[in-house]
Amino acid sequence: MTEVWITIAGLALGTVVIKAAGPVALGGRELPRAASGLIALLAPALLAALVLTDTFSHDGELTVDARAAGLACAAVAVLARAPLLVTVLVAALGTALARAIA
Amino acid sequence: MRLPDAYRPGVRAGLAFALASLVLGVSFGVLAEPLMGPVAPVVMSAVVFAGAAQFGATAVLAAGGDAATAVTAGIMLNARFLPMGVAAAPALRGRVLRRAAEGQATVDASWALAVRSEGGFDRELFLGATLPQYPAWVGGTALGVLGGEALGDPAALGLDAIFPAFFLGLLAAELGRPRAAAAALIGGAIALSLTSLLPPGLPVLLASAAALIGLWGDRR
Repeated sequence: MTEVWITIAGLALGTVVIKAAGPVALGGRELPRAASGLIALLAPALLAALVLTDTFSHDGELTVDARAAGLACAAVAVLARAPLLVTVLVAALGTALARAIA
Repeated sequence: MRLPDAYRPGVRAGLAFALASLVLGVSFGVLAEPLMGPVAPVVMSAVVFAGAAQFGATAVLAAGGDAATAVTAGIMLNARFLPMGVAAAPALRGRVLRRAAEGQATVDASWALAVRSEGGFDRELFLGATLPQYPAWVGGTALGVLGGEALGDPAALGLDAIFPAFFLGLLAAELGRPRAAAAALIGGAIALSLTSLLPPGLPVLLASAAALIGLWGDRR
């Protein structure tokens, strides 16, 4: 439980600093081109890693289960340009159906 | 207190995002409650107010990772708010504290709404759109914590698939940028290949090394 509260405090502090950093420190100026190029690619790299590990890992091992069906449904929703809310609900529905059938 | 007219279009646009925030908040509450108890998830949503970081850090803790790894994973996920803040900076107002406070309104949907392709940024649209999303996110988390029992088993409802689907939706919005697809492929490959070799959380952190391709060949 202590880990939970340390996580909350650390993440709250870090998030406030990150959200304030650009507006406070940089004002109208821009980051050096190389740094902004790197930061811009952090999001896709991390998001792809999270999509895959949240779907295909369990207790530190690779697995394929009902979550894969849900992710496939989410991918179809994304390709159909569905809003984020719809994408998320479709994924939950697909996963629940796959579990019910299995 | 009446809301100045300038913020109304943003609030109106933000209501649709608020509905999404509410549902995601409920699912965060449902998923976090067994791990954290009833109070901590609501406090986390109130003081962190960053969906991807909260889901990411909670996923690390749920997988047995420690607080340092969870915080680092959440902060790395929030690193995207740095370039967003830089884009918003010229439009925000006031001195240090005021600018820092306005920067706290940064969430993906509001930023995407307010940024202009020609480089400008609409401050009132940005702040207005975040206004309904904050109570929806915190309130949704509380609903999820309280109503989680009534909803039943989160796994039977497929709620554990909400994490990856949420990230997939955010990823799809990123893929239009130059090299984003390559960074996503490399990051995903790094994470998957390290999953059974390293402690939980670390494979995702190391996937951020894929962003190094952003340093290449851009010297003009």
